[in-house]
Amino acid sequence: MTVTEPHAGAEVGRDRRRKEDARLITGRTLWTENISLPGMLHLAILRSPMAHARITHVDVAPARHLPGAIDAFSGQDIADIQGTLACAWPVTEDTVVPDYPPLAVDEVRHTGEPVAVVAARDRASALDALEAIEIDYEPLPVVLDMEAALADDAPLVHEAKGTNKSYTWIFDSAEAGTGESVTHAESEAELVINRRYVQQRLIPAFMEPRGVVVDPTGEQITMWSATQIPHILRLMLAMCTGVAEHKIRVIAPDVGGGFGGKLQITPEEFIAFAAARRLGRPVKYVESRSESMLSAHHGRDQIQDITLSARRDGTVTGLSVKLLANMGAYLGIVTPGVPILGAFMFNAIYKIPAYRFECSGVFTNTTKTDAYRGAGRPEATYAIERIMDELANELGMDPIEVRRRNWINHDEFPFSTVAGLTYDSGNYEAATDKALGLLGYDELRREQQQRRDSGDPVQLGIGVSTYTEMCGLAPSRILGQLRYGAGGWENAAVRMLPTGKVEVVTGTSPHGQGHETAWSQIVADQLGVPFEDVEVLHGDTRTSHKGLDTYGSRSLAVGGIALVQACQKVVDKARPIAAHLLECDPADLEFAEGQYRIKGTPGTGKTLADCALAVFTSHEMPDGVEPTLDADATFDPDNFSFPHGTHLCAAEVDTETGHVRIRKYVAVDDVGRVVNPMIVEGQVHGGIAQGMAQALFEGAVYDADGNLLTGTFVDYTVPSSADLPEFVTDRTETPAPGHPLGAKGVGEAGTIASTPAVVNAVVDALRPLGVSDVQMPCTPERVWQAIRSATDGGERS
Amino acid sequence: MTKISMTVDGVRYDDDVEPRTLLVHHLRERLGKIGTVVGCDTSNCGSCTVLLAGKSVKSCTVLAAQADGMDVTTVEGLSTPGGALHPVQQSFHETHALQCGFCTPGMIMAAVDLLNENPDPSDEEIREGLEGNLCRCTGYQNIVRAVQHAASTMRTDVPTTPETAQQSQPAQPGASQEVTT
Ligand code: FES
Ligand code: FES
Repeated sequence: MTVTEPHAGAEVGRDRRRKEDARLITGRTLWTENISLPGMLHLAILRSPMAHARITHVDVAPARHLPGAIDAFSGQDIADIQGTLACAWPVTEDTVVPDYPPLAVDEVRHTGEPVAVVAARDRASALDALEAIEIDYEPLPVVLDMEAALADDAPLVHEAKGTNKSYTWIFDSAEAGTGESVTHAESEAELVINRRYVQQRLIPAFMEPRGVVVDPTGEQITMWSATQIPHILRLMLAMCTGVAEHKIRVIAPDVGGGFGGKLQITPEEFIAFAAARRLGRPVKYVESRSESMLSAHHGRDQIQDITLSARRDGTVTGLSVKLLANMGAYLGIVTPGVPILGAFMFNAIYKIPAYRFECSGVFTNTTKTDAYRGAGRPEATYAIERIMDELANELGMDPIEVRRRNWINHDEFPFSTVAGLTYDSGNYEAATDKALGLLGYDELRREQQQRRDSGDPVQLGIGVSTYTEMCGLAPSRILGQLRYGAGGWENAAVRMLPTGKVEVVTGTSPHGQGHETAWSQIVADQLGVPFEDVEVLHGDTRTSHKGLDTYGSRSLAVGGIALVQACQKVVDKARPIAAHLLECDPADLEFAEGQYRIKGTPGTGKTLADCALAVFTSHEMPDGVEPTLDADATFDPDNFSFPHGTHLCAAEVDTETGHVRIRKYVAVDDVGRVVNPMIVEGQVHGGIAQGMAQALFEGAVYDADGNLLTGTFVDYTVPSSADLPEFVTDRTETPAPGHPLGAKGVGEAGTIASTPAVVNAVVDALRPLGVSDVQMPCTPERVWQAIRSATDGGERS
Repeated sequence: MTKISMTVDGVRYDDDVEPRTLLVHHLRERLGKIGTVVGCDTSNCGSCTVLLAGKSVKSCTVLAAQADGMDVTTVEGLSTPGGALHPVQQSFHETHALQCGFCTPGMIMAAVDLLNENPDPSDEEIREGLEGNLCRCTGYQNIVRAVQHAASTMRTDVPTTPETAQQSQPAQPGASQEVTT
């Protein structure tokens, strides 16, 4: 595909202020919680206080009689209609996939699992009535730690399955024919480094709690849900409950953040769906923040044992990774697949000749894990970028230099990696050089040396993180090879209205990314219509009947191509109409900036709006002209896209208190051609904040009984404005050769890059004290302990 | 039931409420002021921030009965539909200080109060002043920019972004342009 060059006056590339903002800044937003229907009942859900127990007795009857309560039911009561939640990504043929009833029937396997429901006239009454439900549990043994769960005599999360291991997935470059043998590389290596990195469990913590409203009273059962995936949700509701697909309509109205956390079909959606059918009237359920923290899926939670072999000149010769990935108690829609996405990214931007990856998915009595911003790729990037710094340290080499010796040079693209991917394009040198300049790298290194020499209690560290990611989750063929249960195509439809205004229907489902604006910019350029004349519709399976939704930075990278193609079809469709109006042969016409003109003839031609009106009246149209100006395109790319970049972090670490202060943070990202720089910068800021939060602040913690200790915003530190620094962001632009606009995708870049940049900086600051690792999140206490155990000569933490 | 009377966004409402009713629920459920939203149950997120007697409060920490006899301003009262935006709203738009927008009404109300207290804040004062309002999308940088930009607009009464400056018309306080869509 050739990349179209932007023309003068183009919308693409311009900082357009967002169309979405008008409703969001005035409080006229349609959040799911704002939907109210006549006769609507409110649901409240009773959740398990135990991490693992048999339900020996449930009596919901007392709740039914309380003021305001209309109905109460347990899992037994709706067993015939509740369906079962499905996993769409069993990564191996023998992946253990346990039953997953939305409302527990006889056993609970993590705290917060739904066990009974009340429907009442208002939310307060529903919550009051929950307390009247009688339920007895017989505690069962709990297993929380992944290594303990794999022991022979471990308590089983799913007794009937006979194992806590969901799957083992292996990639070996020698066997795959993509590279050499790791065993051989390790035996020949001049240097072998082993490290264990722990990806702590994170809570996505989108600001809008999940909510769902179901109206069963129309021709279709309509569900409004705060979801990233309305299309997939409708399909799953149909497949898992047996209700006919065409009788279900799913709407994702305004959705307040997702970050992968709303890339899920949730028990609560299924429970509300069943409740509405049982009651024959509309129901609403909105979770509290504590419920959200406890039971919406979590992210990360991996133990990574990583081995790097290298020569003394800094050349990496082999990489092997053994991963334990915590699935939690059940498999969500893509739970097993998340660590597998990482398998393709551990080799990162480096020309590593030999690679082996082995991952085991493990069940524990915790909330399930699933996609969280970056999904597998931040975890992989963290491990490789941490260990590259260890290599630099062992060799006494600058960490930038170690990377330069190993990365793929810009003239070597497209490049086939040892993990089996083909990187489309990139220029790691340019991004890194720009970042070094913006940070003032050399000067900060000098200051670092001075502080080291003078034994300053505040030490300075510089953290480097270079990364690439696979964006635009698509090629359906490859997703099929990985046993993912859906394709990766995307759809767009463009409708010229008779007055020349344009309605665009996209199969993507934004939740803060600004598609209404960016898509309008693309369409304005393609059709030569004003930006203001485009309306973007999304998130409703009735208007947007084909789509695979928004996650994995796929919207622009895949959906954007479908959009351009649909526009091109409209332009093609209008050509004979314009020719008719201009009384010429269609072949004599050229289309530019919204006008058809007869080639070589200056002066006015006919716009698409002229054609739209002419075809609408259709009083006299040539034979064979279909009297509409709309088109639909569905696109399935043949490769992923690979944005990349270099992030640098300078951090001051107080060696007396363990406090980390980010002194300067520089991000240079290359996401290909940019549609709206302002939006891209905003995505990068938010991404960095989330990655930095993993490095410094956040972590979900369970106690020994499986109670979530970080179940509210009091205990789980989502950083505030006072916790985060300014970010310096810039870009290089290496267009994606597979995209007509050259775009690659940006949603996850910041998160992937920033976590290792920050931790590398913290560790770099503390190296003179003998510290080689600090486990995340690097809270003052953790940092202080790492210093203490290093200086005491004890175990390094 | 307690009888209460409050003026919300310029309109007086008399109601009977249960003593336990929180102000945020009263605003949303009884008065239909759904621009104010609930993001947590521990008074940590600030999504529910409104002005009570001109001061920002988290409306999930105030009982409706406590607001008896008082003036409440919600995000819906900062501007009128189709009318002029408040400079803080306008600045959030200009500087791309929102993504999903869920935190935005609360953030805007907190920023209005902050600027009333301190018309010329430093970045650090803004960061500290908005500490009680969580945003998961923006990383806060553009929010800080928005507040700075609003501060300068409100101090000088002259719009200062490149786009608005070109129009060179002095704006009245609270009379910035409507968002163009
Ligand atoms: S809802 Fe009031 S502070 Fe979170
Ligand atoms: S814009 Fe999404 S939480 Fe602030």
